[in-house]
Amino acid sequence: MGPESLEAKQKAAIEEVLKAYPEKAAKNRAKHLGVGGPEDESQKTCGNVRSNKKTVPGVMSQRGCAYAGSKGVVWGPVKDMVHISHGPVGCGQYSRAGRRNYYIGTTGVDTFVTMNFTSDYQEKDIVFGGDKKLDKCLHEIDELFPLNNGITVQSECPIGLIGDDINATSKMYAKKTGQTIVPVNCEGFRGVSQSLGHHLANDTIRDYVFDGNPTILGEPIEVTEYDVAIIGDYNIGGDAWSSRILLEEMGLRVVAQWSGDATIKEMVQTTKAKLNLLHCYRSMNYISRHMEKEYGIPWIEYNFFGPTQTVKSLRKIAAFFDESIQAKCEEVIAKYQPMVDAVQAKFRPRLEGKQVMLFVGGLRPRHVIGAYEDLGMEVIGTGYEFAHDDDYKRTKDEIFRSTVIYDDVNEYELEAFVKKLQPDLVASGIKEKYVFQKMGLPYRQMHSWDYSGPYHGYDGFAIFAADMDLAINSPVWGHSKAPWDKEGEA
Amino acid sequence: MQDVNNIVNGKDLFRKPEYKAVLENKKQFEGGMGAINPAKTEEIAEWTKGWDYREKNLAREAITINPAKACQPLGAVMVALGFENTMPYVHGSHGCVAYFRSYFTRHFKEPTPCVSDSMTEDAAVFGGLTNMKDGLKNCAALYKPEMIAVSTTCMAEVIGDDLYAFAIAAKEEDAGEFLAADFPITYAHTPSFTGSHITGYDNMMHGIMSQLTEGNKKEEKNGKINIIPGFETYIGSMRSVKAIVESFGAEYTMLGDHSDQWDMPAGDYSMFAGGTPIADAKDCINADATITLQKYSTVKTMKMVNKKWKHAGGFSNPIGLKGTDEFVMKLAELTGKDVPQKLKTERGRLVDAMQDSYPYMHGKKFAIWGDPDFLIGMVSFLLEMGAEPTHVLCNNPARGWEDEMRALLDTSPAAAAADCHVWAGKDLWHMRSLLFTEPVDFMIGNSYGKELMRDTDVPLIYIGFPIFDRHHLHRYSISGYDGALNLLTWITNKVLDQLDEDTKGIASTDYFFDLIR
Ligand code: SF4
Ligand code: SF4
Repeated sequence: MGPESLEAKQKAAIEEVLKAYPEKAAKNRAKHLGVGGPEDESQKTCGNVRSNKKTVPGVMSQRGCAYAGSKGVVWGPVKDMVHISHGPVGCGQYSRAGRRNYYIGTTGVDTFVTMNFTSDYQEKDIVFGGDKKLDKCLHEIDELFPLNNGITVQSECPIGLIGDDINATSKMYAKKTGQTIVPVNCEGFRGVSQSLGHHLANDTIRDYVFDGNPTILGEPIEVTEYDVAIIGDYNIGGDAWSSRILLEEMGLRVVAQWSGDATIKEMVQTTKAKLNLLHCYRSMNYISRHMEKEYGIPWIEYNFFGPTQTVKSLRKIAAFFDESIQAKCEEVIAKYQPMVDAVQAKFRPRLEGKQVMLFVGGLRPRHVIGAYEDLGMEVIGTGYEFAHDDDYKRTKDEIFRSTVIYDDVNEYELEAFVKKLQPDLVASGIKEKYVFQKMGLPYRQMHSWDYSGPYHGYDGFAIFAADMDLAINSPVWGHSKAPWDKEGEA
Repeated sequence: MQDVNNIVNGKDLFRKPEYKAVLENKKQFEGGMGAINPAKTEEIAEWTKGWDYREKNLAREAITINPAKACQPLGAVMVALGFENTMPYVHGSHGCVAYFRSYFTRHFKEPTPCVSDSMTEDAAVFGGLTNMKDGLKNCAALYKPEMIAVSTTCMAEVIGDDLYAFAIAAKEEDAGEFLAADFPITYAHTPSFTGSHITGYDNMMHGIMSQLTEGNKKEEKNGKINIIPGFETYIGSMRSVKAIVESFGAEYTMLGDHSDQWDMPAGDYSMFAGGTPIADAKDCINADATITLQKYSTVKTMKMVNKKWKHAGGFSNPIGLKGTDEFVMKLAELTGKDVPQKLKTERGRLVDAMQDSYPYMHGKKFAIWGDPDFLIGMVSFLLEMGAEPTHVLCNNPARGWEDEMRALLDTSPAAAAADCHVWAGKDLWHMRSLLFTEPVDFMIGNSYGKELMRDTDVPLIYIGFPIFDRHHLHRYSISGYDGALNLLTWITNKVLDQLDEDTKGIASTDYFFDLIR
């Protein structure tokens, strides 16, 4: 590591970054940047950073909005419902099918996830209000898509500003038709990021799925002692499926997935589950807490990234059940261990000691650290787009070494940190991908798994390992330097 | 379980027997019709393919399904990135900006810088002045642009923020620390509830051209030709156009030239690359002529140029043979020079190629969608090849487009013309019904055609914007003679691929699986 310690380098990098800002912005950003130490008990949050605050204007933040949190994350993947992007055409178009929420169904007939339904507001709707238009949208959807099991109305920015009453319109229509209509006031200007959208969406699940009276096709399922629900897994690239298989193998029954590949029926029957398994704490802790309070269903957080965390999580889940489950859990662990060993034997030597900097949404910045470390890779920086204090507290337990922590990092800062700390891999979103690739740095998208995945569970770990190897050891990075370039030049 | 010697991702993983069982087993918990009663799903799926459904579908008045258009600020961001060291700045909520950036980045596979001033609930109540003051200052301090081009999201438009006044107030407060008095802050209001991304393009281009030229009009013309590319997503097209203009030896300014910004070489990263120099943009009012390559994307801009600036030039759409001919003739007229030999040869080669390949495109039926000017150019090329553009769909038609397209289609041989339909203001769920009820041989469009391809089995030729799932097409040209040759190559070879697909049946149809075509 040379004479300068990693921690000193990280601290210096933060100091340098802050110098570029005008005073007011520097003061603000200083509170969101820090260096976290794994043993540092004095820190309240990892790196003592502050979070879930307004973004500094003008800085190229990576954050999205409440609409993205509700339509894009929580509601959008519910496959047998139609989700209207309510307002002008843009938001729905940009977010169409971008998240890779895998599902099985006949799209446009009984499932609708990758489609874009929008009320496409025009000037007259803004001026005179669009409640009538919304009512008509609902009618038309029911006529053309008779197999939809409900419709959600996802408000875009203008809706709340022009005084439209989507709640009244939805209620009236629902009453007339008996349909499940869920209005969500997730206008993009509410809150500071996607996060409030998660919360608002969770609340509407409570109000319209649990406390409402949704029509449910088919027979209700019979309850068993081993019913669990997967909460906060959006089935990106099939993540929930490669998680589900492990739970089933250990004798549990997964009665619902929230909300990747979900149907509204699964959500309804979750209220009878024995245990809720929460993967993305940030986006679905609200509904988990509600089910605990209202239906007495306990919830536990788990982490299916990388074998170390997967094993820990499997045991933690099994401990909640009887010995037969615990025994099967050990069998599952034993069954996959040779594969994990083989994956590590193959890839660890190729990845050992490679340093990584992460920046993702609300969960993965801490959850995937273990998976990298399982491959011998070292995470030296991480941060969240839209986490809260409780996430940064949890992060303290996941880091292995001095780690620079950046909340709501912007393009300028991330670039500066990378230049200063020189990681071997940057893992973040699409917007930053080509910035770092142009610098010749291997990069993986960690929202979409870069069109690969799944990464959850044992099978997912093998893919994760192969993908990281592909990124770091590809011959393409060696081509940036031309034969006529002199030493020391790019 | 994964085999370490053959690790597979989701494509093959979920086809393994253990996962097939998982997915099958999940159905018992599901409430979708596919799990409850697959026959019913089948029945409805069939119904969606018929005329009854089509009529109901076409009668829609309120809901748009699978649109083929985007919103205004997207176009404004494109314009800004076409000027040297210019930061696109969107006044409003940052969620939109995250979307604009990912949308362009997914298409170009290039970074797309753009900032927002992150307005939130309090700004909705009190207005976004504070956000703008801080935002402009921070943006200038961090990224050191030469110009900031401000557009707006819906939110700022609904609350009615005044950009002009805000920009002045921001400079006053900053008192020259980061924003010098003469620092150009150009702006345009881009409300997303009117028009589409091309309207936003027009508004921002108009804003930049009118604001930068203020007080710069001189007695003398500068002898240059301005070229406005429009919402151009083919980097190669911009280069083709420039090459044509250069071959006349003409002095020109391409206004809004983002060809280097979205095509940066590897090896180093700088936030901005290329673009129209600000000094040239300031002088564009003194040009002899202005040519726009996309009439419908520059309505307001060209009104200013024609009526106020009284520039010669006007409109020319260099897609296809005839379109390129017209562009070349226009340049010959404006420069007073003969058409250079280089172009004559290029044209000859294109025509030669068209005459080589015509049997495969002749009489083939096409469905196509996209922006208005793109469609005019593409349809005229299809007609030049003897193809039949059966369904021409434009979700964001500007005034006059429908009539122009109709007239263009009517120039095709009489029998075919009646079977060619113009669908103005329709979306891609309409297109689905059209494809089922009046089928075509091929579709031409963007990545949103992928689901249509899956549902209807009509092969998709990827030409348009956005294209997320095919690589590097945007690097090529679809304009000029060389661009037309690319179009010809892509379309002909897709026809040939399909011919092979259709005839490869062993011992049944492969007599027609010819080696030579
Ligand atoms: S809120 Fe408006 S400006 Fe923003 S993406 Fe949506 S339509 Fe476009
Ligand atoms: S894992 Fe991250 S990106 Fe995914 S839903 Fe959770 S917070 Fe959002």
